[in-house]
Amino acid sequence: MARLEDVGNLSTDRESPLLARAAGMVSTGLSKVGSIIVLLAAWEILAHTDLVTPFLLPAFSVVVERIAADMAGGDWFTNIGLSLYRAVVGFLAAAVIGVPLGILMARRMSIRWFFDPVVSVGFPAPKIAFLPIFILWFDLFDTSKIVMIAFNAIFPIVAASWAGTFTVDKHLIWSARSLGANEREILNEVILPAAMPQILTGLQIALPISMIVALVTEFLMGGRGLGGAMIEAQRFGDSPGVFAGIVSIAIAGMVLIKSLEYIRRRLLAWHPETEALTA
Amino acid sequence: MKRINSPILLTFVRYLPLAIIALAWELAPRIGLVSPDLLPAFSTIIADGFALFGDPEIYGHAGASLYRALSGLGVAIVFGIAAGVMMAWFKPVRVVLNPIVQMFYPMPKSALIPVMIIWLGIGSASKIVLIFLGCMLPVVISAYNGARGVDHIYIWSARSLGASRREVLWDIILPAAMPQILNGVRTALAICFVLLVSSELLISTEGLGFLIGVLGENGVYPTMFFVIFIVIAMGFFADRVYLFFSKRALSWLD
Repeated sequence: MARLEDVGNLSTDRESPLLARAAGMVSTGLSKVGSIIVLLAAWEILAHTDLVTPFLLPAFSVVVERIAADMAGGDWFTNIGLSLYRAVVGFLAAAVIGVPLGILMARRMSIRWFFDPVVSVGFPAPKIAFLPIFILWFDLFDTSKIVMIAFNAIFPIVAASWAGTFTVDKHLIWSARSLGANEREILNEVILPAAMPQILTGLQIALPISMIVALVTEFLMGGRGLGGAMIEAQRFGDSPGVFAGIVSIAIAGMVLIKSLEYIRRRLLAWHPETEALTA
Repeated sequence: MKRINSPILLTFVRYLPLAIIALAWELAPRIGLVSPDLLPAFSTIIADGFALFGDPEIYGHAGASLYRALSGLGVAIVFGIAAGVMMAWFKPVRVVLNPIVQMFYPMPKSALIPVMIIWLGIGSASKIVLIFLGCMLPVVISAYNGARGVDHIYIWSARSLGASRREVLWDIILPAAMPQILNGVRTALAICFVLLVSSELLISTEGLGFLIGVLGENGVYPTMFFVIFIVIAMGFFADRVYLFFSKRALSWLD
């Protein structure tokens, strides 16, 4: 995603934007890596002082050892795989239903009338409260978790697809129609590309939500996965296990978010926002 | 189509779909489309739910939840605005805080629930700190962006007219950043309810989330549905009331 600093870096050096951009990327990259290193070092030092007990805050090195041990045992891969599987399936289900629904809401008055109050009540609501209902309907296993993930992820997707489609320049649609495009062509050639940046933004908001909800449903219902492993560790007072889960989920989340940013740049290669990034 | 002018009628038409859903909810179990065990009829839920109000226990749970949500959110708003404005105002603060904020912002705060339990136990403290942490970052970022985006001409004018730094902060920067800050607080408000319910569902001894979990485990589904309605309604009305007051607060804007 474009950050304000990047734009600032772009405009500072007029003579050689490419160089400035590269230098900017290296320096923001370095400062990011730098701050992570500083923070981890602070964690390690704090854990070795007498201010906290190892139970309250296990040292970072202990947590890394714990992750390495879990990896060697194979548990880590099973758990992270399960969490990712649930999050991604729920996310995809939300995308497959949410994007068309959002577009239809923008294009059809009756569908907008029906779903508008549903979205405006459902979006800010704490949907996790429905979990006992979903357990009742779909059992304790994967299905209820995936449905809960999709249920949480769908609202930002619908809202973004709706807003993106609704704000497509009417002149583009009229021009295409007067040039003889039918409804299907208008949808595929005009509306979808024009709404794509906002739809992708909605998906980028929904993906971390999917990860969070996957984790929380695993906390609440067990069934392994990173959340299941963390809550089990917490119950046994195994704090390195809890922190190992947090570090793992942070890494997994980062990888997912970065992949979606990459997909965005590929899909929007034609769009001015990407040109601004790569020029 | 004729434009609808009456605001009451407009609200009615707008929320009519929710009434249709409620009606379908009433009919589906009654005509045997779904088992009433899985989906109690809407009227059953309302009737059983209203019986709940006679029991003083519900007020204790609601009070505990509100206390946790409001104190976590309140402290987060105060600290978040202060930190965000300071980040925009003093470079040293920005250099120290910005990387930390950038790094922790994408991190799911719900992941901290087990850590909060280890640190603070299963009472209110763990929930309040969790809500505080989750709500603070959106407020910090919006306050920072708002304060950073203040037009320098206003600051220079105020300074040249003799305003002290403190006056510039209170009379120029805070009002100018207010629209963004209010937006950030709205995000925090939604996050606060989600964190409250998930942490109370997971482990607690009181609170509406706890009540939902207990009712679910004991199979008292109609009442459980009703408590879920209460929580959803609280989230919705908190958002609406907030929106109403933030519009009033910004009425000086064009």
